[in-house]
Amino acid sequence: MRRAGAVALNTFREAVRDRVLYNLVFFALLMMAAAIFVGGISIGIEEMVIKSLGLSAISVIGLLIAVFIGVGLVYKEMEKRTLYALLAKPVRRWEFLLGKFGGLVLTLAVNTLAMAAGLFLALLYVKHRLESADGVLLIAVYFILLKLMLVVALALLFSCYTTPLLAILYTSALYIAGLFVEEMRTFHFAAPNPAMEALLRGLSYLLPNFENFNVMAAAAHGRAIPGALIIENTAYSALYSGIVLFVAAAVFSRRNLK
Amino acid sequence: MPGAAIQIENLTKDYPFGFLHLKKKRSLEGLTMEVESGEVFGFLGPNGAGKSTTIKLLVGLIFPEAGTARILGKPITDIEMHGDIGYLPEQPYFYDYLTAAEVLDYFARFHNLTAADRGERVERMLKKVGLETARKIQLRKYSKGMLQRVGLAQAILHDPKVVILDEPMSGLDPIGRREVRDIILELKREGKTVLFSTHILSDAEMLCDRVGVIVGGKLRGIGAPGEIVGMKAQGMEILFELAGDGRNAAAIIGKATKTGDRYRLQVSEQELFAALEQLQGAGAKILSVAQIKASLEDYFMNLIEADRAQAAAVEVSGT
Ligand SMILES: Nc1ncnc2c1ncn2[C@@H]1O[C@H](COP(=O)(O)OP(=O)(O)OP(=O)(O)O)[C@@H](O)[C@H]1O
Ligand SMILES: [Mg+2]
Repeated sequence: MRRAGAVALNTFREAVRDRVLYNLVFFALLMMAAAIFVGGISIGIEEMVIKSLGLSAISVIGLLIAVFIGVGLVYKEMEKRTLYALLAKPVRRWEFLLGKFGGLVLTLAVNTLAMAAGLFLALLYVKHRLESADGVLLIAVYFILLKLMLVVALALLFSCYTTPLLAILYTSALYIAGLFVEEMRTFHFAAPNPAMEALLRGLSYLLPNFENFNVMAAAAHGRAIPGALIIENTAYSALYSGIVLFVAAAVFSRRNLK
Repeated sequence: MPGAAIQIENLTKDYPFGFLHLKKKRSLEGLTMEVESGEVFGFLGPNGAGKSTTIKLLVGLIFPEAGTARILGKPITDIEMHGDIGYLPEQPYFYDYLTAAEVLDYFARFHNLTAADRGERVERMLKKVGLETARKIQLRKYSKGMLQRVGLAQAILHDPKVVILDEPMSGLDPIGRREVRDIILELKREGKTVLFSTHILSDAEMLCDRVGVIVGGKLRGIGAPGEIVGMKAQGMEILFELAGDGRNAAAIIGKATKTGDRYRLQVSEQELFAALEQLQGAGAKILSVAQIKASLEDYFMNLIEADRAQAAAVEVSGT
């Protein structure tokens, strides 16, 4: 664990030095602009716009970072051969992977929390106060983080054996497919083909389900989110990421470096 | 486990290539050898011989098709054993967003060292490899030789018992090479085992207790540098100058090589007197006669030549 921690901190440091956190400036500007421009609309709508815009931005920015940095996590170290000296140290390959994963998740957590703080500031600016119902935003932000964790795990898996470009393709394809798993389960073809339907249904349970993490509408309207969903999503993300990391470790532990 | 620090048995490695990686190319074939505890062992061979392949197998970066190896009595798959080995990769490269001090501190974290101990060792290593003044510079701004020094520092930072260096002198200026030689000798004095690969035969001759020569993935010779070369003289060299045009000894002079005014002629010991007589008859002034001692270089060249000849023969016979 100590070793994975060292890798994680170094990954975080790399992200910071590569100016990944600069995206926060962009987010801050977006929030400021939104807060100023919605000023003319009636108070209820104003609040909703800020909330949905803020959450969408947090999600999109997080996804971009998770995918674009995630796919290079392992590949870059193999390609640049920075991994050679490291793996000769007493560190197991899965410890390295876990560290890489943890480092990027840490980066995303810091980044996401900073953006969440920005969102609350923008909200405070337009409403001049915060209500307990706004706490739902925190849960929405937590769900975004859970989703990002899963995306990082997938990107890391692809990073172990393919180029960043392909890994971006695979990760985004899985992400997009994962937004439609419910539809895959209920969808009936114009000319129903039972075999096809069974296949789609099976696939829908294998694919990562990203739909459940989206509570944007509820959060924007200040509706409560059931506690069961919080537990379910937490468990789902942890379990799915765990399995993906396990597969990644199995792939990577056998891999010959160039 | 008395004696051997590194035991290699029948180590074999194939690299896949071609369409869908279906074909295999054998890069190392049944390597069996031992490196004694406390010795400096030189691993010699031409480009593509399999030196780096062997070293990468030893430190677990790649996995063998067959065979086993043990370091300090432990199988190479045992990761805890890595605490006792140091490794310098070929053309090392490190995180370019870190400074030399940071990267060394990072690597030190994988060993069981206290923070204070880490800091102290990093300082000592920076000094040892001559990077104190560059310690605060990010590695992206480092030259090749400076990176090589960082690589050496991280390899010995944790006081390993076995040090494995893949071409430690490459990319270094003469001063740097001298410093690396001193570091290797210092490691030897401290009782460490050192295995290093090199193309520079003089370095190997100067530093190594034993060398192993590998060509085409096969170990072709192993022993003390003087021992594998063979002690018997390879012939005689006559150095002479010509007063006239030497027409009446044209045959023998034609075999000599001319540098400046001087000629060098290599003959076997049996031919020596006949050659001297002929040269004298042609009015040559003999400057010196010396025994040609076989060098590691000759040995090396002979092996490679033999290998090429064999490869050509195989090609011709189409097998
Ligand atoms: N990743 C790889 N994929 C395919 N073939 C490889 C790979 N690495 C090495 N080889 C092949 O294995 C053989 C041995 O290579 P190796 O790097 O061990 O040589 P070397 O003795 O270290 O040479 P050099 O002195 O040039 O460093 C070469 O024929 C090389 O082409
Ligand atoms: Mg090499």
